[in-house]
Formats: sequence, structure tokens, C-alpha cells
Amino acid sequence: MMRPHRSHPLWLAYILHRLSGLALAIFLPAHFYVLSLALTAPNDLDGFLHWADKPLVKVAEFGLVFLLAVHFFGGLRLMAFELLAWSKDQKTLAAASVAFSFLIAASFLLRAI
Amino acid sequence: MAFGSNTLDVSVWRGDADGGKFESFQVPSQESQTILDVVVWIQQKIDPSLAYRYACRVGMCGSCAMSVNGQPRWTCRTHVQKVLRGRRVEIAPLRNLPVIKDLATDMDPFFEKWVRAEGVFHPTLTRNDEIARVSPVDQRRVEADAAVECINCAICYASCDTVQGNPDYLGPAALNRAWTLVNDVKDGKRSSILEAVSQEGGCHNCHSQGSCAKFCPNELSPITSIAGLKRETTKSFFGRG
Ligand code: FES
Repeated sequence: MMRPHRSHPLWLAYILHRLSGLALAIFLPAHFYVLSLALTAPNDLDGFLHWADKPLVKVAEFGLVFLLAVHFFGGLRLMAFELLAWSKDQKTLAAASVAFSFLIAASFLLRAI
Repeated sequence: MAFGSNTLDVSVWRGDADGGKFESFQVPSQESQTILDVVVWIQQKIDPSLAYRYACRVGMCGSCAMSVNGQPRWTCRTHVQKVLRGRRVEIAPLRNLPVIKDLATDMDPFFEKWVRAEGVFHPTLTRNDEIARVSPVDQRRVEADAAVECINCAICYASCDTVQGNPDYLGPAALNRAWTLVNDVKDGKRSSILEAVSQEGGCHNCHSQGSCAKFCPNELSPITSIAGLKRETTKSFFGRG
């Protein structure tokens, strides 16, 4: 069970940021290794890319992009909170405009594919 | 006493620095009863050896904080009806502080950190000087104003996982106090305070989990004060503050 003093949004944001960072750090060596195959063993790389086309791997890729997005925006949130002395209203407006532009961008993306 | 529908089933942590366990008490339920009322009732009617601390009973002195159902609260202003789970409630000493006995914790480490954070006023004038004028709309006064109502109850300190993980960390209350002084134009040692709070265990240890602001009974926001300290220490690091 969640300890009572942790059940609030900021703590969840903190743990999400931590865990996504950890997961990305674990993934990175594999990422670099595969990239290095392009130089050291192009045939293996082709084999791998072929394998990576499987649906399950695609779903896993979604997870990866999700982690990246969570970590990226979590970091931006922290930097904005700590470095910009904004008022509550300014923060709400900023968050709203980011969410809105996200919505527009996502709908364009969906039309493109 | 018989266990009826108007009886509370209260678990109270009993023990000392070497450990302890929960003990169960049956307490008659009353209208507008606070958690502190329950603790006082147990001590006066059942077990006079129960140790706890309080003074004002009206949310001013900050001495009655305890952990209620796992969450730090000021017990004199916490209504039983609000926190009851069925008929049960669990009362324990605050987290992150050494226990003296039962519900009373040793506050020394907490206040020592206030001093380490330079959370003491550094005067520049004497009683013979004119009183310095501070405009209530001055930006720094507004910043300080938002943080001055601290009652030193250590609820933020008990709720903070960074304090738990790093015994050296000054904690939200001490840093919040330092922030009020950084914004006090009458304080003569702004740079010493910034120096003190940027040491190991200082404001840059904060992970912005925000439990301090979430649970502060006076609705202060130490996390915002600490963010302010992070900004000011960063500025002074780059020689612009
Ligand atoms: S007894 Fe003083 S704040 Fe609760």
C-alpha cells in the first residue's frame, strides 16, 4: 500500500521522474550498442531491425517514447518550478498552453499518418 | 469499558528510542472531539504514564504534532471524525525524529538544523536607531510574508522523504525560515545565509516532492521557499545576487 504521506500528485510526479530516468539509463547502453552495429556488423544490424519490426517490439517502443516524454516534461516542470519565480496563475496558464499546443500538434500528426 | 458503537478503537504507539509497539485503547466518542482530546483522555482515565506533548490546544504553539493513521497532523486541530477509519484510528510519534517516549519526539535535531541554516535573525540596528520601514507591498516583503507563519510543528520535516533518506538534510522548516530572512531587508547577513543553505545537506538536496506543502497545517509552502533559495544561491554562485 502507498504510505499515506506519499499519496499526492507532486510525490507521484517525483517517483515517475525517478523511475523513468532509471529505466532510460538502463536502456541507453543497449541503444548505443545497436547503433554501433552499423559500423562494426552491418548484417547483424539489418537482422535486428527486421526483428524490431515485430508488433510486440513496436508496442515496447511506445513504452520507450512514453518514458522519454515523461522524463523530458518532468525535467522541464522541475526547472520551470525552481528557476522561474512564477505565480500560481502564470504556472496554470503555462501548463494550459503547453497542453493545448500538444493537442494541436498531436491532431496534425494523426492526420499525417 | 464495553466496545460499543460510540466507542473509538484507538491504537497508540508505546515505547522509547529502543523500540516499541502499538497498544489498543477504547475511548468514548464525543462530538467535536480532537485527536489530542483522545490522547489526553487515555492519559487521564486509563494510563497516566502515556507520554505526549502539547501546550496551546489552539494550533499556535506547534507542539502537538503526531502521526495519525500514518500522516503527520497537528492533533489539537484534527477532528477525530475526519480521520476515523470505521471506529479505528492509529496514533504514533512523528517520523524522522528520535522518540523520547511514546508520542513525544526529541525536537533537538530539528531545531539544531534551524541554527545550521542560519535561521536566526542577524540585526544591524540597535534600540537607539529608528525602526526600519518595510513597505508591505515590497516584493521581498511579499515573499517573506508568504512564509512567516510557521509554528515549528515539524510536520513538514516528518513528511519529507528526503529528510528520511539523508540525516544531514536541513529539511523544509529550517530552509523556509532561512528564506524569510533572505528576504528580510533588516537582516545583516544575507550572504552568510545563502552560504549556509548551499552547503551539503542544504536547499539543493530538495527533490521537490512537495509533501511539506501538502501537509503544512498553516498552508505554507516550504517547497516554494526552497525553490526561492535554489534560485538565489544559483544567482549568487554566478555572482549576480
Ligand atoms: S497544542 Fe499547540 S498547536 Fe496543537
